[in-house]
Amino acid sequence: MFPASCAQMPDNSPALAFERVTKRYPGSGGTTIAVDGVSLEIARGSFVALVGTSGSGKSTLLKTLNRLVEPSEGRVTIDGADVADEPAPELRRRIGYVFQNIGLFPHMTIAENIAIGLRIAGRTDEAKVGELLDLVDLPRNIASRMPDALSGGQRQRVGIARALAPGAKLLLLDEAFGALDPVTRDALGTRIRELHDRLGLTTILVTHDMAEALLLADRVLVMKAGRIVADATPADLVAGKGGDDAQALVQVPRAQAERLQALVA
Amino acid sequence: MSAFLDALGRVPPLLANHVLLSAAALLLGIAISLPLGIWSARNATVASVSLGFASLVQTIPSLALLALFYPLLLSLSALVGGGIPALGFLPSLIALTLYALLPILRNAVAGLHGIDPAVIQAADAVGMTPAQKLRLVEAPLVAPVLIAGIRTAAVWTIGAATLSTTVGQPSLGDMIFAGLQTQNWALVLAGCVSAAALALAVDALIGAIEYGIRSRRRWLWIASAVVLVLGTAAATAPLWPKGGADRTVVVGAKNFAEQYILARLIGDRLEQAGYTVEYRDGLGSAVVFGALSSGDIDVYVDYAGTIWANEMKRNDVPERPAMVAAIADWARREHHVGLVGSLGFENAYAFAMKGDAAKSKGIASLDDLVKAAPGMTLGSDLEFLERPEWAAVKRAYPLRFAKTTPYSPTFMYRALESGNVDVISAFSSDGRIAADGLTVLTDPRRAIPGYDAILMVAPKRAGDAKFLAALKPMVGRIPVEAMRAANYRVDRDTDKQTPEAAAKWLAAKTGLQE
Repeated sequence: MFPASCAQMPDNSPALAFERVTKRYPGSGGTTIAVDGVSLEIARGSFVALVGTSGSGKSTLLKTLNRLVEPSEGRVTIDGADVADEPAPELRRRIGYVFQNIGLFPHMTIAENIAIGLRIAGRTDEAKVGELLDLVDLPRNIASRMPDALSGGQRQRVGIARALAPGAKLLLLDEAFGALDPVTRDALGTRIRELHDRLGLTTILVTHDMAEALLLADRVLVMKAGRIVADATPADLVAGKGGDDAQALVQVPRAQAERLQALVA
Repeated sequence: MSAFLDALGRVPPLLANHVLLSAAALLLGIAISLPLGIWSARNATVASVSLGFASLVQTIPSLALLALFYPLLLSLSALVGGGIPALGFLPSLIALTLYALLPILRNAVAGLHGIDPAVIQAADAVGMTPAQKLRLVEAPLVAPVLIAGIRTAAVWTIGAATLSTTVGQPSLGDMIFAGLQTQNWALVLAGCVSAAALALAVDALIGAIEYGIRSRRRWLWIASAVVLVLGTAAATAPLWPKGGADRTVVVGAKNFAEQYILARLIGDRLEQAGYTVEYRDGLGSAVVFGALSSGDIDVYVDYAGTIWANEMKRNDVPERPAMVAAIADWARREHHVGLVGSLGFENAYAFAMKGDAAKSKGIASLDDLVKAAPGMTLGSDLEFLERPEWAAVKRAYPLRFAKTTPYSPTFMYRALESGNVDVISAFSSDGRIAADGLTVLTDPRRAIPGYDAILMVAPKRAGDAKFLAALKPMVGRIPVEAMRAANYRVDRDTDKQTPEAAAKWLAAKTGLQE
């Protein structure tokens, strides 16, 4: 649906690399390995989905990019530079991060929430709150409202606008649509893909929903027990390639589609 | 009603001290508990230690906490070679600050823990530094809960500050304690009403700040904060420095009527000599000498036997004039404190019984009391049972009472009258001995030392000729009958007089008033 040729390859979106990244958590019952020696390269401008069941380590791996998680071993680079080389706040201001629980600041208006990235960076250029609201299909008149006056879908759109406001070229979506109803979820997913193409982003989508991954991404990575067990295009996965673990996940939407087809027939 | 209005006239300077002390303790409490609260919210070990300590402090009665800092500061001062005041503002400030910690600390930690983790993660993810996160996210979200804690602390502090009177810090408690001792209920009421009104006003203002922040009404909380600050400034106005501070003298008094009367008598004379006089009433007899030698007070009246036993740790009983001379020598040598002279009467501990009971049981002396004691109850003042005089009496006479009960002096006489106790540790200059027809038991073994009232002055006044000249005429001029009569004017149950009025009467009676 979104063949690679469709995606732009803008020069200013970043290329990413993970080099033998491992994350261990010490616990009472022994050490837990969340990410187990992952090495991976992601081309600039690509839209990559990271799929796996709960506890597969996909979210942990994603968070090593903006250092919400520090790897126990290995290193992560953005355009060749180790993310650990600069202070974490500086790094994070260039990376958009959207997660399931959104975390809008309840004491700030929608406009203040969207403009926070520019404010903390001391950037005095006027945040184009109106344009950002347009970008995520929200009416401009909600800018002065407080977050608790918005629906869940509206709040997640504000979360996306906040992530994009400082001009981020790398967008991390951590189960970003997980708490939304299916209709909102589908609309927002489509919107994100359009923004990815229009703004020339590098986007990584962490999800447990294989259908979402197949429909939005250029490249799908499947994680299991902290390792990457499949790395393929959506077309290849649907065609049955990518190995057993990937196919177990692809089987779910495929079977659902077949049953829906049967209902029509 | 007019007595109440008169009493209200004493409020402004005491209120000023009360507000200054409470505000200082509260601000210091906030300054300590805010960083500690933030640290505690980030570190469970720090939280258990700091909250545990603050809770422990709360379990100590506030009066005991205040009293605790007197010996602590005294030994600390001795350790560093002196200079740390053990009485007055400092111990009160420390105790009240410790008292203010818990509600602020607890609410700061609870408030920080109560913030949605998603909001904190978002703050990190957008690239806030720890300082930005604290200022832009955590502080505004925790503010309403934190201010609720500060509000609780403010009300507690204002209430507990009344107790600072007992360690020599002027507060609205001066009126409550003095009124309680002299049964001047108008004074008690005025003190209580003022303290309660202060607490309610502060509670309402901080409540308005809290509500303003919670409901995002900027004008409301800013206006309330401004009123709070201006109110504090206005209330402390009587303490703002004005010229002639070295002309101000502080007259100390222990916590009973005779002391209040003598303090006013001294104060009136010093005012006539051109000094500005302040009173520090209700000092415990264990702390008052220390307050004098450290210069916190300039002059007060003590009793020879008290200094002899408590300060000099002597338990022999010499003749009265020799004892006073020895005290004068010791005070000058050890503490540079001056002894102006004896006032002319004695206020000794004296065991007293109802006259008819003493007669019917055939008890006239402490020797007679030994046999009857196992069937009797002894009523004492609050400190007598801990004093060396009681130990000396027990050494000389093997007294074994069925029960001993401490009272405040006024209630001790009531307890004897109502038959709750059979014997009391009375004071020989007390007007109620004659008025109630009490029999004072003789001391044939001379266990109780002499208690000549002696005029003591601080080291910096010991060489002040003008100061001493104002006091010298009092030496030897007050016979025990005159003192008893003056005391009775304040202590009696009906037609009570204020210590000020009794002091004027005493001055006229003894010819000290020109």
